Amino acid sequence: MTSLNTHSDPIILEMRSITKEFPGVKALAEVNLRVKAGEIHAICGENGAGKSTLMKVLSGVYPYGTYTGDIVYQSEVQQFKDIRASEHAGIVIIHQELALIPELSIMENIFLGNEPTKRGVIDWAEARVRSTELLARVGLREDPETPIKEIGVGKQQLVEIAKALNKSVKLLILDEPTAALNESDSQHLLDLMLGLKGRGITSIIISHKLNEIEQIADSITIIRDGKSIETLDVKADGVDEDRIIKGMVGRTLESRFPDHEPTIGEVFFEVKNWNVGHPQIQDRMVCKNSNFFVRRGEIVGFAGLMGAGRTELARSVFGRSYGRFLSGQIYMNGKEIELKNVKQAIDAGLGYVTEDRKSLGLNLLDDIKATTVSANLKKVSKHNVIDANKVFTVAEQYRKSLRTKAPSVEEGVAKLSGGNQQKVVLAKWMFTDPELLILDEPTRGIDVGAKYEIYGIIQQLANQGKGVIVISSELPELLGLSDRIYTIFEGAITGVLNKDEASQENLMKLMTSARKSA
Amino acid sequence: MNALKKLLGGNTRQFGMIFALVALIIFFQVATGGNTLTPGNVINLFNGNSYILILAIGMVLVIIAGHIDLSVGSVAAFVGVSVALMMRDWDIPWYLGILLGLLLGVLIGAWQGFWTAYVGIPAFIVTLAGMLIFRGANQYVGKSNTIPVPADFQKIGSGYLPEIGPTTGYNNLTVLLGLLGVAFVIFSEIRSRRNAKALGAEVPEAWVSITKLVLVCGAILYATYLFATGRPGTSFPIPGLILAALVIIYGFISSKTVIGRHIYAVGGNRHAAELSGVQSKKVNFLVMMNMSVLAGLAGMIFVGRSTASGPFDGVGWELDAIAAVFIGGAAVTGGVGTVIGSIVGGLVMAVLNNGLQLLGVGADLTQIIKGLVLLIAVAFDVYNKTQGKKSIIGLMFKNFGRSSEMKADETTSTKEVISKGA
Repeated sequence: MTSLNTHSDPIILEMRSITKEFPGVKALAEVNLRVKAGEIHAICGENGAGKSTLMKVLSGVYPYGTYTGDIVYQSEVQQFKDIRASEHAGIVIIHQELALIPELSIMENIFLGNEPTKRGVIDWAEARVRSTELLARVGLREDPETPIKEIGVGKQQLVEIAKALNKSVKLLILDEPTAALNESDSQHLLDLMLGLKGRGITSIIISHKLNEIEQIADSITIIRDGKSIETLDVKADGVDEDRIIKGMVGRTLESRFPDHEPTIGEVFFEVKNWNVGHPQIQDRMVCKNSNFFVRRGEIVGFAGLMGAGRTELARSVFGRSYGRFLSGQIYMNGKEIELKNVKQAIDAGLGYVTEDRKSLGLNLLDDIKATTVSANLKKVSKHNVIDANKVFTVAEQYRKSLRTKAPSVEEGVAKLSGGNQQKVVLAKWMFTDPELLILDEPTRGIDVGAKYEIYGIIQQLANQGKGVIVISSELPELLGLSDRIYTIFEGAITGVLNKDEASQENLMKLMTSARKSA
Repeated sequence: MNALKKLLGGNTRQFGMIFALVALIIFFQVATGGNTLTPGNVINLFNGNSYILILAIGMVLVIIAGHIDLSVGSVAAFVGVSVALMMRDWDIPWYLGILLGLLLGVLIGAWQGFWTAYVGIPAFIVTLAGMLIFRGANQYVGKSNTIPVPADFQKIGSGYLPEIGPTTGYNNLTVLLGLLGVAFVIFSEIRSRRNAKALGAEVPEAWVSITKLVLVCGAILYATYLFATGRPGTSFPIPGLILAALVIIYGFISSKTVIGRHIYAVGGNRHAAELSGVQSKKVNFLVMMNMSVLAGLAGMIFVGRSTASGPFDGVGWELDAIAAVFIGGAAVTGGVGTVIGSIVGGLVMAVLNNGLQLLGVGADLTQIIKGLVLLIAVAFDVYNKTQGKKSIIGLMFKNFGRSSEMKADETTSTKEVISKGA
C-alpha cells in the first residue's frame, strides 16, 4: 500500500481542476482538492457553494464524462461510471439522508446488495457473525436483527458506517453526518471517526458545525461559489472558527438590490416563548423558546444554516403546519391569537411562501390563473361558485404588475421558469392581502435578473406597511434586503442584529454557535 | 390541421375521445347493417348503462382527489335491497324509498369517508373492506333472495318521458328537451365569446364557433330524433334524464365551485393545498361520501330497471366505472380528470359492448377487447408522455397540463425533512 508518490505525505486522492456545469449554471469551476492518506479532511462552504456536487463527482453519482478535470485516486486516474465503481475502489459516501430501509433489520441493511451467499443462498449465519463484528467496531451495542426503524438516527448513522466498513472502505465521505444528531450522538460519531483514522481510514467530512471541524479535522478545504479558495492545515496554520468563516464568506457585496428607504412603523406581530417538538422524534425540539417580532413596513431576515430550524419555526407559526406545537403565544396588533391550522393563519393575515416551490408551493397541474387565486377562492367566488371572469382579471392584473413572463395566464405553471413560478406564488399570496408575509428562500433556483425583480416586489410589500420575513441561506441577500436579522442555530434564536451592525462575519458566528449575542 | 386545432380550442384529447366514440358508432352502424343507430337500440344502450355512468361521475371525483373506490358495486346492491325491503315491509311510497336510499348512501359514505380521511387508511383498503362488508350485508338482509319492487319505483330505472300535448308523431317532451339543449349550447357559446372579448382574451374566429355549434347541435338533434321516434310508449328514458341532470350538476361543481377546485388541489399536490388553507381531510371525506350516495342512486335505478333486487346486483360495477374514468383521461396519481371525459369514456365502453353484442361476439371475446381498449388508451397516454411530447391527457385538460420538461431540483435537506414530517 505504500505509495510511489514523491510527496512527503502520501496523497490518497487528488481532484484536479474539476469543472461541472448544469444547464445555465456552473456548479464547480476548476476545483482542486488534495487529501492525504489517513487524515480527516473537512470541506467547508456556504449552502450552495458546491460541496455536495464535488462529492457527487467523486463518488460517481455524476459519472465520468459529465465533468471535466481528473480524479487521481491511489495514484491512478479514475473514471467512475457509477457509485458501484467508486465503491469498488473503496470510496464510500454516506449521504445526509440515510439510505437505509426502515423495515429491514440492521444486519439486512448492512449486507444489502452485498449479501454473503453459499451456493446462491444467503448465508444468514455468516451475515450474523460478520455484522456482530462490524457493530462492535463502530461501537453500536444492538442486536443485528433489530429493525432499523426501531433505533435512533444516531445509531442509524453508525449502521451506515458499519455498512461502509463491510465494503472495505479506504476513503469515507460523510455529508453533514451530525446535522440530525444530538450532542452525545454527535460526539460519539466524531470519536468513531478519530478511531477509524487510527486504523488508517481516510475521511472527508462536510459539515456546517465549525466547532466539530476544528475539533477533528487535519486539513480544511474551503469552497466558495463553486471554486476552491484555499486549503488550511489545522495544526500548522493555527486555524480557528473565525479563520474558517473568513474564508467561507470572503466576497464583496455587489449592488444587487433596488434602492429602498424603509418606513418602519410599530410592532404588530410578535411570537413569544415558542416551543415546537419534532413531528416524529419524541425528545427532539425544532424550536426552542423562540421570541421575535415584526414591525410594520419592516423586512426581517432569518439567518441560519440548513437544518437550523428556520423553516420549522416559520411553518409552526403558520397555522402549526409543521411539528408538534408545545407552547408559546402569538400576538397580532397587541392581541393574543391562536392559529391552529393554516386556514386560521391565512384568515388572520399571514402568508407563507414555501422554500420548496415544486413539492410544497405549487400544484404543477394547475395553470397560472388557478394558482393565483388558490389561496383566496373566497374573494373570486359568490355562494361558493367561482367567477371565471374575475379569476382571469385578477390573474392578468398580477401577471402584468409582476411582469411574469408567460404567453397567457392559461399557461401551466410547470412550464414556467423558476423566477416566473416564484412570481406566480408571490401573486397568490399577495392576493390574500396578508399583513405578514413569510418568504422562505424566495430566490432559490432563480437567475440574477429575476432575483432583482423579486427583491423589488418584497420591498414594495414593505412599503405598503406590511411586515415581511425573509428566510435565506444567502447572507448577502439577507444583508442587502433586511432591516433587521435574527440568527437561528439548532432551533434557537441566537441573536438579532440591525442592518447597520450586521456583517457576514458576525452573522456566521451567531449562526454556527449557541453563544448568546451581547 | 391548424384549422382543426382551432376548432378544438386546444382540447385535442377531449376531441380524440369523442372522435373515437363517433368512429366506433359509425363502424358498428356499418358493421351491423344499420342496427346500431336505431331508436330501440340507442334507448336500450342508455337504459342499460346509465347506472355505470352515474358511478363514473362519482368515481372521477374520487380519482381526481387521489383515491379509489372499490365498494361501489356492493354499496349499490346493499342500498338496492334495503330500499326494496323497506318498500315491501313498511309499505312506504316510492319517493320516500328513494329518499331513504339516498340517506343510507350518506351514512355508508360517512363511514368510508371517516376511515379514509380522518383515520388515514388508504381508500383502497377501506373500500376493499367495504366491498366485502356491503356485499355480505346485501345478502344478509335480503337472505340472498330476489325482492321485487313496486311498479311506481320501477319507473326510475325503466320509465320514459310521458306523451303530452298534440299528436305530432314525435314524443313532444323529448323534442322540447332536445331544443332546450340546442338553445343552451348556442347561448353558452355566445356568452363565452362575449366574456372573452370583454376581458381582452383571445376570441376564437367566428367560423370556428359556427362549425362547432353546427356539429354539436346536429348531434343533439339527431339524438333527439332517435329518442323521439322510438316504438310507441318509449322516448327519452328517465335514467338518462337523471344522468343528464347529474352530469350538468357535477360538471358545474367540479369546474366552477370552490369545493371543486379544492378536490383538484388536494389531488394535484396535497401539501401545497394544505399550505394554501385547503382542509384536505374535509375534502377527502366529502368525496368519499358523495361516491356512496351516487352508488346508492345507481343501485336503486338498477333495481327499478330489473324490477327486483337480487344478491348479485352490482358485481363488477366498480371495475366498469374505474375503466370509464381512466379511458376518459384521468390520472392514477390524481389531480387530473373531468366529469364529461369520464362520461365519454363510459360511453366508449358501452358502445363497444353493445356493438359487439349486436355482431354476435361472445361475452368472452367482448371482455378481451374491452380490456385491450382500456390498456391501449392509457398506454397511448403514457407513451406520449415519455416521448417528451405533451400528454394527450394533458392536452385534453389544457388547464391542468403536466409537463415533462421540468428540471429536477437539487435536493435540499430541510425540504426533505419537512416534507417527510408534514
